[in-house]
Amino acid sequence: MAITFILNGKSQTLTDVSPDMPLLWVLRDVLNMTGTKFGCGMALCGACTVHINGEATRSCITPVSSVSGKKITTIEGLSADGTHPVQVAWIAEDVPQCGYCQSGQIMSAVALLAKKPKPTDADIDDAMSGNICRCGTYQRIRKAIHRAAGSPAEKA
Amino acid sequence: MATLLSVDRRTFLKTSAAGGAALLIGFHLPARASSDPAQEQEKPPINPLNAWVKITPDNHVTLILAKSEMGQGIMTALPMILAEELCLDWKQVTIEQAPTNPKIYDHGTGGSGSVGGSWLPLRQAGAAAREMLIAAAAKKWEVGADTCKAQNGFVVHGHPERSYSYGELVADAALLPIPNFKEVPLKNSRDFTILGHDTHRVDAASKADGTAIFGIDARPAGLLYAVIARCPVFYGKVASFDATKAKAVPGVREVFQIEVSGRGASTTGGVAVVAENSWAAIQGRKALEVKWDEGAAANESSGELRTQFVANAAKPGGVIRNEGDADSALAAAPKKVEAIYELPFAAHVCMEPMNCTVHIQADRAEAWVPTQAPQWAQGVIAEAAKLPPEKVIVHTTLMGGGFGRRYQADFAMEAAQVAKTAGKPVMVLWTREDDMHHDFYRPASYHKCQGVVDAAGNLAAWKHFQTSTSIAAKWSPKGEEDNGQGEFGTGATVPYKSPNIRIEYTLAHSSAPRAWWRSVEHSSSGFVVESFVDELAAAAGEDPLKFRVKLIGESRNIPQFGGGPGAPPLDTGRLKGVLQLAAEKAGWGKPLPDGEGRGIAGFFSFDTYTSTVAEVSVRQGKLKIKRLVCAVDCGRVVNPNGVRAQVESAAIYALTATLKDAITVERGRIVQSNFNDYHMMRMNEAPPIEVHLVASEEKPTGIGEPTVPVIAPSLCNAIFSATRSSKKQLRIRRLPIRAEDLA
Repeated sequence: MAITFILNGKSQTLTDVSPDMPLLWVLRDVLNMTGTKFGCGMALCGACTVHINGEATRSCITPVSSVSGKKITTIEGLSADGTHPVQVAWIAEDVPQCGYCQSGQIMSAVALLAKKPKPTDADIDDAMSGNICRCGTYQRIRKAIHRAAGSPAEKA
Repeated sequence: MATLLSVDRRTFLKTSAAGGAALLIGFHLPARASSDPAQEQEKPPINPLNAWVKITPDNHVTLILAKSEMGQGIMTALPMILAEELCLDWKQVTIEQAPTNPKIYDHGTGGSGSVGGSWLPLRQAGAAAREMLIAAAAKKWEVGADTCKAQNGFVVHGHPERSYSYGELVADAALLPIPNFKEVPLKNSRDFTILGHDTHRVDAASKADGTAIFGIDARPAGLLYAVIARCPVFYGKVASFDATKAKAVPGVREVFQIEVSGRGASTTGGVAVVAENSWAAIQGRKALEVKWDEGAAANESSGELRTQFVANAAKPGGVIRNEGDADSALAAAPKKVEAIYELPFAAHVCMEPMNCTVHIQADRAEAWVPTQAPQWAQGVIAEAAKLPPEKVIVHTTLMGGGFGRRYQADFAMEAAQVAKTAGKPVMVLWTREDDMHHDFYRPASYHKCQGVVDAAGNLAAWKHFQTSTSIAAKWSPKGEEDNGQGEFGTGATVPYKSPNIRIEYTLAHSSAPRAWWRSVEHSSSGFVVESFVDELAAAAGEDPLKFRVKLIGESRNIPQFGGGPGAPPLDTGRLKGVLQLAAEKAGWGKPLPDGEGRGIAGFFSFDTYTSTVAEVSVRQGKLKIKRLVCAVDCGRVVNPNGVRAQVESAAIYALTATLKDAITVERGRIVQSNFNDYHMMRMNEAPPIEVHLVASEEKPTGIGEPTVPVIAPSLCNAIFSATRSSKKQLRIRRLPIRAEDLA
């Protein structure tokens, strides 16, 4: 069975892939696009977050068959040269530590800002609490989102 | 016995890992920030213009990193030290991971020791390289080297100034005699332009665009993916298995058994399912039928362990430290304070689950290992591959968290075993459930504390009985558990003055594997010592800060108990300094409304002094952490931005252990399996964290771990203060804090 979708702006057709394989493993192991990370396999940690038709989605529980015909954006497709405003803000605030969760954090943050260009702290809590960071970079993530939004930080 | 009390990680790795010691010869980890001159001398002179810095004729400068980056920022901090002495333009350097070569590098990354342990050696290496470049320029100009100087990647001389770039000099310089590292002139700290200045992480961009390569991202050509079915019961074994259904899963290539390995690495063995992709391997494992021989540990449980703890605490323990006569002082006191504290097993839960990729060929092996101990990984892979270690190339990758978990070599050994049988490059991937069920946990512990404050407000007696499942017992070279092998460290290095101090210990038995979890025993000791001193202050009716400062007394040095030679003493003046700094910045003493309170804790670990004031509200059984104010004295600060990040990180890590779930055991297996039953702190719960650094010219000391021990006690002490007007004032003595504890 062939599955076709738009991946980072380009048409991608897969043949000979199990339709129930989660998109995460298709990206990582079939297409070797390793920017999207495996953290829990149960949509509990957000490390695998990608955009499907603009919505932040956990790719680890999304069967590849369900994305047929849809538009998928991964961390690799966010910008050509790492200059998306959210990426720039992440670097300016030195958000990443180990960095493993940050692809997912950034994808969640970008989806938030698309809906709410000037998010409040409560908006950030709502949109970002599905993403675990074991290094505890939450304070810097919050600052970086405010920075990307061009808003002064609410909390210190 | 005494040497085992606070066995450090280097000593440990040299002396234990039963039967695997031969693999660890030359293993060299500055487990503490103090360097070990005896070991430094073992090394022949190394040309720094090869080992530590590579300069091309077109003046591209690459600094070599011999430690592992797990998020702690070492990829930024250590090159800063080199660049400073080399007089480089920081913006023009790139960083490269060192090859695994124990003859040159100390690879082991742990014990919060990388900056402290590398501080002098890297300054000397950078300075030696600089002096060689200056000497090469002086020779070209035929002038005295003392008339030339290095600046921003050039050697300059005279008026009008002439210059050579380092690139123009490097070919000549590399052939010059290597200066004696111990005599090479080091920069005056007043002239530092890089060290001590906020510096951005060198790895931030690659971690913001998905290009950073972690262990799990290794993709050598022809890679296969494997998962392993392991017995859920500690030390259980495969009795038999039927792979028929597993092999029928599309994409599954092979299913075979791997043996238990006690040598060098502690693995469980199991049945490997090798497939074309991770998903197929996971599905194959689900279809696999395995009968386990669960063994003797199948009867163990957390309830049974607690029964052991309570029984142990009813009897005297082995005497670890004894000064004066605490028992008599306690017996004679009209009023004494007694409290029991309990801490559970804790899992590391690195965001990147364990994994390792190995390719074994006839005469060589190559491995991609997210490891804190590349040399140990090299050793176990060589053993599995039946090759000499130098035939094993280990690529030390970025790590998605380490926290001590990735010091182990179990995941490398397993991958090597699977790759050896498969004969192809294989990644062994751990699912989150594998990671949580087969960790090496922070020991569970139980503490009985007794103390007396006399009428004059002095500490007349301090007695601390501890029973735990120790790390040292798990790794005993004798293969059996000895009483007396508990970890104490700063738990027995009490900073509070008392004529009568007694510390006792009894080992409790558990088959749950234990090892180093961020801040190791200090995470437990800090909670116990800093909670109990708070209880003593409350019993004496004194302010918790003033009480601590009084008991600490005049500035003095207390030897680190069991710290061994070279361990710097606890300087009580510096401890007092961080307590007072955190208190001042937090507005200690300013009134708060009912239902709100502040709590303080201060501690000394990894040669660093930390203190935190937690400010909380407790209303209708709901705890809200309003903020954490942290003060740190870690000696001279290399990268203030990096130090602040580590304090923030350690605080959140400790909050998870304080507020979320315990790791528990039922029927000899770990109950928790994923983030649905072992919860993590998340964005909506993370309090603002302020970090204040003490300006210091002392030698740099650890920072990745030392904030962990002060978080739980500061929080629990704050809850006590916040409930001062409640019907029941809440003193939390068991972690993690449960909803019923706040009711």
